Amino acid sequence: MLAKIHITLKKDVLDPQGSVIANSLKSLGFDNVNDVRQGKFIELEINSNSKEEAEKQCNDMCEKLLANLVIEDYSVEIEN
Amino acid sequence: MKTHVIVFPGSNCDRDVAVAIQNIIGSSPEMVWHKDSTIKQSDLIVIPGGFSYGDYLRCGAMASTSPIMKSVIENANKGVPVMGICNGFQILIESGLLQGALIRNSSLSFICRDIIIKPTNTKTIFTNKSKISKMPIAHNEGNYFANSNQIKEIEDNDQIAFQYCDENGDINALSNPNGSINNIAGVFNKSKNVLGMMPHPERAAESIHGCDDGRNIFESLLS
Repeated sequence: MLAKIHITLKKDVLDPQGSVIANSLKSLGFDNVNDVRQGKFIELEINSNSKEEAEKQCNDMCEKLLANLVIEDYSVEIEN
Repeated sequence: MKTHVIVFPGSNCDRDVAVAIQNIIGSSPEMVWHKDSTIKQSDLIVIPGGFSYGDYLRCGAMASTSPIMKSVIENANKGVPVMGICNGFQILIESGLLQGALIRNSSLSFICRDIIIKPTNTKTIFTNKSKISKMPIAHNEGNYFANSNQIKEIEDNDQIAFQYCDENGDINALSNPNGSINNIAGVFNKSKNVLGMMPHPERAAESIHGCDDGRNIFESLLS
């Protein structure tokens, strides 16, 4: 199975990189960009008997290592 | 005093801190490779600065899962003094021994220069001889963050160790090099036997360094 994991900064954490990207996009003429938040995308292949089990394990991985819950949120999507 | 310095792939302040411990504390530290699994008896464990595991994923995240960290956590929970400097602070946060997070500097640039810090709590084993001190910082991710509830808890428990300040000891926005909340440069755990700090006292520990203000942290451990 393929797990797709998105890790994003929590709303109350400033994202200076996102602000700089937003400014650069505006300077390219994309005036309608209001806000940019930069995050991480992790793809991992996992052997599992069920989607539910794989999702549970990926949540566990995020809590233990992949995300820092003080500053980041995560979401997990499993594909066959 | 029996002292230990943990060495990860990418540590680069391990020998500097060993020299400071040798010269100031007078103990020859045992250098412990991160793949070792036990530290039997210690009076001080130091996690030095550097770029462990190339800062992959997040600074300190990989190192916090190294075999030796289990023993560091066990020792910390038994009350053994544990000190993390710069990347060592990031590792202690990632291992859960200290609260909060260290994120990218607000300027988005690596900062390497002298700063001034003021001890916030001088009643601990690490800070009983501390005063306003000048020492270098050298980091890209030293911007201390914690949400408002966590900051309140840290403040209420006197867990702030050091704050960036100016030469007069005033804590203000101008003296904050990296955007850290409340100018926080270092924090303790609840029992004050674990200290994490971004500034490098071992790089300001002899007159040949141009400044030896950093000595007071190691001298505090002697009393």
